Amino acid sequence: MSEAVMHGHEHHDHHPTGWKRWLFTTNHKDIGTLYMLFSLVMFFVGGAMAMVIRAELLHPGLQYVDTQFFNSMTTLHALVMIFGVVMPGTVGFANWLIPMMIGAPDMALPRMNNWSFWILPFAFTLLLVTLFVPGGGPAGGWTMYPPLMLQTGDAMPFVIFAVHFLGASSIMGSINIIATIFNMRAPGMSFMRLPLFVWTWLITSFLLIATIPVLAGAVTMLLTDKYFGTSFFNAAGGGDPVLFQHVFWFFGHPEVYILILPAFGIVSQILPTFSRKPLFGYESMVYATASIAFLSFFVWAHHMFTVGMPLAGELFFMYATMSIAVPTGVKVFNWVSTMWRGSLTFETPMLFAISFVVLFSIGGFSGLMLGITPADFQYHDTYFVVAHFHYVLVTGAIFAMMAGVYYWLPKWTGHMYDETLGQWHFWLSTISVNVLFFPQHFLGLAGMPRRIPDYAVQFAEWNFISSIGGFVFGLSQLLFLYIIVKCIRGGEKATDRVWEGAHGLEWTLSSPPPYHTFVTPPQVTDATAHS
Amino acid sequence: MGHSKTGGGISGVLATLALLWSQTAGADYALNMTRGVTELSREFYDLHMLILWICCAIAVLVFSVMFWSIFKHRKSQGAVAAQFHHSTKAELIWTIIPIIILVGMAFPATKALVKMESTGDADMTVKITGHQWKWHYEYVDAGFGFFSVLAADSNEARALGSGKNPEEVENYLLEVDRPLVLPVGKKVRFLMTANDVIHAWWVPALGWKRDSIPGYINESWARIDEPGTYRGQCAELCGKDHGFMPIVVKAVPEDEYYAWVEEALVAQVDASAGADREWSKDELMTKGEQVYGTFCVACHQPNGQGIPPAFPALAGSVIAAGPVAEHLDRVMNGKPGTAMAAFGAQLNDVDLAAVTTYERNAFGNNAGDVVQPAAIKAARK
Amino acid sequence: MSTSTSSYYLPEPSHWPILGSIGLFSVFAGAALWLNKAGVGPMVMGIGLTIFVYMLFGWFGTVIRESEAGIFNKQVDISFRWGMFWFIVSEVMFFAAFFGALFYARVLAVPWLGGAGSEFSTHQFLWPEFSPSWPMSVMPDPSTFSAYKEVIPAFGVPALNTAILLSSGGTVTIAHWALKRNNRSALCWWLFATLSLGFLFVGLQAMEYAHAYSELGLTLKSGIYGTTFFMLTGFHGLHVTIGATMLTVIWLRSVSGHFKPDHHFGFEAVAWYWHFVDVVWLGLFVFVYWL
Ligand code: HEA
Ligand code: HEA
Ligand code: HEC
Ligand code: CUA
Ligand SMILES: [Cu+2]
Repeated sequence: MSEAVMHGHEHHDHHPTGWKRWLFTTNHKDIGTLYMLFSLVMFFVGGAMAMVIRAELLHPGLQYVDTQFFNSMTTLHALVMIFGVVMPGTVGFANWLIPMMIGAPDMALPRMNNWSFWILPFAFTLLLVTLFVPGGGPAGGWTMYPPLMLQTGDAMPFVIFAVHFLGASSIMGSINIIATIFNMRAPGMSFMRLPLFVWTWLITSFLLIATIPVLAGAVTMLLTDKYFGTSFFNAAGGGDPVLFQHVFWFFGHPEVYILILPAFGIVSQILPTFSRKPLFGYESMVYATASIAFLSFFVWAHHMFTVGMPLAGELFFMYATMSIAVPTGVKVFNWVSTMWRGSLTFETPMLFAISFVVLFSIGGFSGLMLGITPADFQYHDTYFVVAHFHYVLVTGAIFAMMAGVYYWLPKWTGHMYDETLGQWHFWLSTISVNVLFFPQHFLGLAGMPRRIPDYAVQFAEWNFISSIGGFVFGLSQLLFLYIIVKCIRGGEKATDRVWEGAHGLEWTLSSPPPYHTFVTPPQVTDATAHS
Repeated sequence: MGHSKTGGGISGVLATLALLWSQTAGADYALNMTRGVTELSREFYDLHMLILWICCAIAVLVFSVMFWSIFKHRKSQGAVAAQFHHSTKAELIWTIIPIIILVGMAFPATKALVKMESTGDADMTVKITGHQWKWHYEYVDAGFGFFSVLAADSNEARALGSGKNPEEVENYLLEVDRPLVLPVGKKVRFLMTANDVIHAWWVPALGWKRDSIPGYINESWARIDEPGTYRGQCAELCGKDHGFMPIVVKAVPEDEYYAWVEEALVAQVDASAGADREWSKDELMTKGEQVYGTFCVACHQPNGQGIPPAFPALAGSVIAAGPVAEHLDRVMNGKPGTAMAAFGAQLNDVDLAAVTTYERNAFGNNAGDVVQPAAIKAARK
Repeated sequence: MSTSTSSYYLPEPSHWPILGSIGLFSVFAGAALWLNKAGVGPMVMGIGLTIFVYMLFGWFGTVIRESEAGIFNKQVDISFRWGMFWFIVSEVMFFAAFFGALFYARVLAVPWLGGAGSEFSTHQFLWPEFSPSWPMSVMPDPSTFSAYKEVIPAFGVPALNTAILLSSGGTVTIAHWALKRNNRSALCWWLFATLSLGFLFVGLQAMEYAHAYSELGLTLKSGIYGTTFFMLTGFHGLHVTIGATMLTVIWLRSVSGHFKPDHHFGFEAVAWYWHFVDVVWLGLFVFVYWL
């Protein structure tokens, strides 16, 4: 094994081939690829569930599925999208990019890195088999509130163990990322020279380590309440159903920033490249990211304004929630200033990044509105909330990931993607996603509750429009798939730097980079560092 | 490629959306929040509009700057990138101004919150209990109560493949068999709780929703200004029929309200009458079918086939056609940890006797026996 | 400020992780089947556990061999340290969830059920008979959750256990000093003392549980007091068991001559873990038993 010591083995490229390569790999690029592909597959799985939801909501009346199944679709759609698409997707970016960005040969703990990934397919098997067990899949919403969740049939322990399993993966992944960033930076790569994407992932990892175990605790309590007679959530034994909500959202709110911070990182890499201008306010970006993460631990109860907290609680959580708009605003303003007086071009990554800034902000604004407690008493549990979180998640996290895929795909594969098709994908997605989610604001304000399979007829028009938008958006993603496959299989050869304005260590490598990179750490200076 | 399209497209979409928004942000119920019929609901509405417009204004400002860059600072127009990347002054400004705006929003919000907290000096109290999937209203002062379930025609039309067109059902999914009747101009205190899982009682026109949580009571209040019928829905996922437990509030002038209470009290006495006498099988079956249709049908289905495995069939059930004691135990005490609630507390002796009799002799079950109200009374001890 | 050396150890492809996933998958699937009363459950779970334990031996065995062969440099060592440290932080957060539940129940839920704060109506309408107290021995609904006789007093076995765990924290530190001085026999003896104390703790805890279940009527089903009591102490006990097992492993390694005075991360990792278990116990002793 000693030949694996990298020193002096510049072209040490021998590794198993075929399926063994992917099963046993300890290489960050292979593992990154696995994560990305997994995320892509799950996007279609979760998306297909969303299509079931939108199809059922196309017209009033029940047309296709029974109500219990509809609720399972909602629940699993969310779990798949969050734990199967966005989290693995951004970890995929982290795996591919962090070592290349900081000048490291690989992740700090490569074997554990393999394990973090290879848990996912197994965990999702546990989660998705529930669709076939007696009693059907989990149908209590992704938030799994008791006592409703305790009425789940045989699916219950599968779902809970799947969550534990996924949590183990996330914790190992974040430990790895932290160890890598702290310990594997090339000489001269000081913290304040780290590309912003690396910063956002560092902070995200702390969030994960602090919150995922709490989620594990919450679902463990559900399990024992159901099967072992405990009374955490049962008033008859001195517990409280609301306790679950506190524990869940202590995880859940930081979780939404776990989903969005890496997206912020990606966008912060892309905007400077296509503006041909350094990122504006690098330091304040770092501090803003850290503040968002810090604040995210004190706002959780804004998801529970209607549970009847004491007044002091309502006020505290309202003020804390509002305060998050400040650091987030700093980020938005910095992005805009980065573009200001730049020399802009609009390749697909840039288009998605711009679209991200606009549409994420719209989602942020509705978030702020939700954070105003008295107003939330009306908005809560309506489609206004659904509109809010799809703006931040779909046009936020997902759009940023798409931007990132277009941006780094030439680096990863060595081929340029098809720019014309990329532009088509962008325009189709951006237009249809607004047709899909914007009307949901109106529905919510007009009083349509969320998580319902059927609705009163006054909601028919907007639901129809929303569903049509959904179908177009869904179909547009087939184009995305096609573009990726095409790019992997061939295409115009990509240069090392790929984009005229690109800066950072990853662009100093060939496209695609060799299997092992930076076996001899590069010396980083201000000139080579800046993203 | 498509540089002009870039800016044009995005701003086009935005402009359309903004136009839609501003045109519709008026009073139209189908697009915007309702102003409602209580002082508080109007206060919340105003707050909502205030923050909405502030957000729109900020959005316009920020996005205009951005689109200015997109139009003017593009490479194809020969723009040369400046290299500045820092300005402490600018950063301070755009930290401090948002803080000021937020503080400005916090004031009216805090005021509204404090106001709504006060449930004191109410004129009357209604206790609202959420059940899967119906509401129970108890007029605490007057001492009577009733269940309120989705209206029959909606219930029929909503079934999967019912063949009925929802558009032709009046107030589809927003109609109940018995609305909650309230007097206008009185401060009504609501006590909310639930029997099984969490529900949330929400009538938009009354201003706000509150969760009804099993084992705890939440309070809220409303003073309705105008007579009328106000509709709402359960707003917390509560299982398969969460979408089908609407709320209808009928606000009437005070004297009308009192007349209605008198009537309701009389009806209540009538309903529990007959608990002491012997009932014939036919009587019990007729009554039982009706009770079944109100309370049990959602889970066990009209034909008694249930939706296995979540909701067992009663047709051929060993419990429903087996020993009476066990059957009664299941119906009256439910089964903890499942959706089967304890109906002993919800139904009176006659209803329980009728529904068990019905279950034993319908859907092809032929236990043949009848369960008399007296048996229920005995079982309660 | 950046750490770097010109070489970093990169492991070969490994089949251990995927084996671990298969093992854990069967553990979870088996447990789920078991909870659903399917007969194959325990068997599937057993197979999974076997695979998982095999994987642990294999994986750690590989790492130990590599370490003893001197492949790991300083930088790798630091990576391991970061890894262990943040793993322990995540464990702390797991306990935090249950401590949170305990405080919530004590400070908020139980008093609310008794009508405290704004929950006057809750008491009046739903639980008029209930009077709150902590430990809460009579339940809001005595028909579903039965009362217990008494709780385990703090100053009996729990206090003894506190002493045991605290001294085991001391003995492991003495063992560490011995290792640094390269005094092998002291190392082995103090380690042995530590793990014996650990298992002694577990044994006493098991006795207490038996006593609570058989004589005091205090069980997991004894309302929120029994719930939080057994979940917190139970998960802690599980961690002590894991920790003591790990101590046993490093004791055996010490006996066979592993670890060097300047290079013994495996030892330190276990010691950290042991201190973590110790600190959690102090929290338990104060908030679960004593106050
Ligand atoms: C990526 C995910 C993500 C992100 C980033 C956010 C961001 C925010 N969210 Fe969102 N949220 C979700 C995902 C996310 N949310 C999800 C999934 C749910 C539903 C969960 C469920 O129930 O299933 C939810 C629900 C949710 C609720 C509960 C609603 C309810 O159920 O009643 C609330 C309430 O406060 C809220 C608030 C906020 C706020 C204040 C932000 C802020 O971070 C936004 C800050 C951004 C801006 C404000 C825009 C940019 C700022 C400026 C341009 C500066 C100037 C602005 C001002 C001064 C106004 N969110
Ligand atoms: C990252 C997270 C994420 C993402 C990406 C999405 C993406 C989408 N979501 Fe998701 N959603 C959530 C997170 C997310 N959602 C959460 C957290 C909830 C709350 C759950 C709860 O209440 O518990 C929710 C709930 C939710 C609801 C409310 C359900 C309810 O309340 O009952 C709806 C309804 O419209 C919806 C729709 C969609 C649609 C149309 C998409 C689309 O963007 C999906 C587009 C992708 C595809 C369509 C896949 C690709 C294409 C194919 C598979 C090819 C086939 C195409 C066709 C047949 C047309 N979602
Ligand atoms: C909210 C859903 C729901 C409603 C409403 C409901 N039930 Fe049930 N019922 C169930 C469930 C779930 C079970 C299965 C419990 C179990 O697991 O044993 C059940 C079981 C039963 C059984 C035992 C059947 C068997 O073979 O196990 C009887 C009898 C019964 N219900 C009668 C009634 C009556 C009478 C009513 C109305 C007064 C009613 N149910 C209303 C959900 C419901
Ligand atoms: Cu009751 Cu939803
Ligand atoms: Cu939140």
